[in-house]
Amino acid sequence: MDILIAGVGGQGIILASRALASAAVTAGLTVRTAETIGMAQREGSVVSHVRLGVSEAGPLIPCGAADVLLALEPAEACRNLKYLRPGGRALVSTAPVIPVLSSLGRSPYPVTDILTYLRNNLPGCRCLDALALAREAGSPRTLNLVMLGCLANFDLPFPADLLLAEALTLLPAGVHDMNRRAFELGRRALEV
Amino acid sequence: MPVLLMGNEAIARGALEAGIRVAASYPGTPASEIMTTLMHFGPEAGVYTEWSVNEKVAVEIAAGAAYAGARALASMKQMGLNVAADAVMSLAYIGVKGGLVLVVADDPGPHSSQTEQDTRLFARFAKLPVLDPSCPREAYEMTKYAFTLSETLQLPVIVRTTTRVSHACQEVEVSAVPPRPPVPGFVKDPRWVIMPSLAARQHVWLNKQQERARTELAASPFNAAQLEGPVGVIAGGPSFFYVTEALKRLGLKLSLLKIGTPYPLPEEPVKSFLNQMERVLIVEEQEPVIEDQVISLAWRQRLAVEISGKHDGYLPREGEFNVDRVAAALARFLKLEQEEAIPAYPPPPPLPARPPLFCAGCPHRGAFYALKQAARGQEVIFTGDIGCYTLGAAPPLNAMDTCLCMGASLGLAQGLARVQPGTRLVAFIGDSTFFHAGLPPLINAVHLKVPLVVVVLDNETTAMTGHQSHPGLAGAGDQVAVEIASVARGCGVETIITADPLDLETAMAAARQALAARGPAVLIFRHPCPQVTRAATRYRVNEEACTCCQTCINELGCPALVPADGLVTINTTCTGCSLCASICPAAAIEEVV
Repeated sequence: MDILIAGVGGQGIILASRALASAAVTAGLTVRTAETIGMAQREGSVVSHVRLGVSEAGPLIPCGAADVLLALEPAEACRNLKYLRPGGRALVSTAPVIPVLSSLGRSPYPVTDILTYLRNNLPGCRCLDALALAREAGSPRTLNLVMLGCLANFDLPFPADLLLAEALTLLPAGVHDMNRRAFELGRRALEV
Repeated sequence: MPVLLMGNEAIARGALEAGIRVAASYPGTPASEIMTTLMHFGPEAGVYTEWSVNEKVAVEIAAGAAYAGARALASMKQMGLNVAADAVMSLAYIGVKGGLVLVVADDPGPHSSQTEQDTRLFARFAKLPVLDPSCPREAYEMTKYAFTLSETLQLPVIVRTTTRVSHACQEVEVSAVPPRPPVPGFVKDPRWVIMPSLAARQHVWLNKQQERARTELAASPFNAAQLEGPVGVIAGGPSFFYVTEALKRLGLKLSLLKIGTPYPLPEEPVKSFLNQMERVLIVEEQEPVIEDQVISLAWRQRLAVEISGKHDGYLPREGEFNVDRVAAALARFLKLEQEEAIPAYPPPPPLPARPPLFCAGCPHRGAFYALKQAARGQEVIFTGDIGCYTLGAAPPLNAMDTCLCMGASLGLAQGLARVQPGTRLVAFIGDSTFFHAGLPPLINAVHLKVPLVVVVLDNETTAMTGHQSHPGLAGAGDQVAVEIASVARGCGVETIITADPLDLETAMAAARQALAARGPAVLIFRHPCPQVTRAATRYRVNEEACTCCQTCINELGCPALVPADGLVTINTTCTGCSLCASICPAAAIEEVV
């Protein structure tokens, strides 16, 4: 299963991809990931490639091959659509992160148009206000755990509890409770 | 049971298992986590680790340990190898006793670098063997092997990784970390003292070692062929897996030779592969290092094989490879019609540009703003340097006119000053970069009386690469913090000012004072990076008072400031730096109590 995680530097995307990869290894699967570390982490567009159960393969998901696009930000979902395979599913957090260039009026950000475009052109797209759920859990910083919780409803090759446990080992104990809540809220938000 | 390791962690693990005693490094993306990992696990295993002042010093420290027979490692990014080049080039002639491995991370793309230079080419220039892992697991295995090879050849060995190995994760079966072997000790011998006469002899030896290395590498497990007919691919580094996947996608089987040891290229496996081929495509990122050697070998052996790659334009020298790029090259090489793999979507609405920029609360924002305000009306050039503060070039600050390499802000400014005497020169340099490469040009400016303002942006960390320590900090144990102001004083700078860049009024006064100085002045803007110290306070906009003039956004470009419904709001990324409150014409921004 190939999962492309897209978002903005600072949203906790590396943690999300590590949690998925660790859960896969614990479950006895092979795994490859590629992360954006470095300059782009400062408020820039970032992606993590997570490839579960692959071997004889590189860490980068080819275009048109991702089974899931997990987008923590709507414009970043749109920017990375080319990775999604035909019939692939997308999970999109609808709360935009407004780039400074947009605030300065130098680069338009038509959020509503982007969300409409995603809904109209991606039959497998699920949009949710993950930021609201993260706030409900206790902090906007738990957005990544809300999204992981949502993702756990998709047929991942390991149980949701394992994914949560692996994510928590990457977080300080002081924030475990709110992140547990965030994961749970994300799970329930998408239950069918 | 395998463990999940990032490529850089796998390299560190390999080095620990190989019994290293000493490891030294200077931070640089994508190499930094090698040392971070060694610092975490090293002390317990009896390994001495340090962030050195720069890469040259790191290599010399590792070499010193290797002179005494200990195994040692120095890690750096590709441009760090340029800084260390003086030591590395001579070290090849002198050789080592204990295994010395230089891990150098290249950055095709580039993602976080000024160049896409190819360390395999550097290895060839320095006449040092280089290993080129295709994945984290192989990086782990190659690192262990590199120490043995280094001792066999008595030469430093380079392990060259790229971003997609260093910053990729994979399950890796690791072994136990054995106890450190005893250090044989330094034996005094003229062999360690390079003189022209010794260099002349050692050059002959070094050239002979190339052939020994070729033989050793031919016997290594890192080059392997799979035969599937007379059309083949030779691939090195992560490209090997891009080829494997691309062939699968195209539904093809071709002969495939994987090269893990690109220099010196082992002849036997390549010759026997070429002997069975009519046509080969060579797939490697960056420079045609394997390709040039294969062409040379085929020519010398009079092999009638067609060799394609970069020289005939199938693959570029620039940028990073991936499955799609390699599949397209393979399709062209095989004259196939490639099917479009990407689903066709209608054109999307315009997407906002999202380049990297200063975080909310970054003290550099205050420093650049203060200097720009203070220099208003004057003819000024702002030279910049390497670090987070390079982002000062972005709008709306636009406060950086040059950026070249580590330490170049001070040198470039002095050259500009010589030909533009009417222009005020301000050089911005970070704290870590100041120690790394700022001292020689600072001494130069004092010695030659250049009226230069040097602004040291001291955020008490090496921020861009992940918050490593530097000589200005008493980080751990019995380290001594070297004070930037004392260093400047010792270099003979007379005007030295220290100010908090987020205390805007004081910062602007300090900037004006520095700009008014006649000789070289050093202005230290000191405030810790908010990514390290989480602020206790936040600011908010008083909606009644806000006139929505957007001065805060237009002047500062802070990501926490967002226009919304005719007002400005401050989002939760605010760290309470207070800059926006300092410049708000309507006094509408207040601290959250």
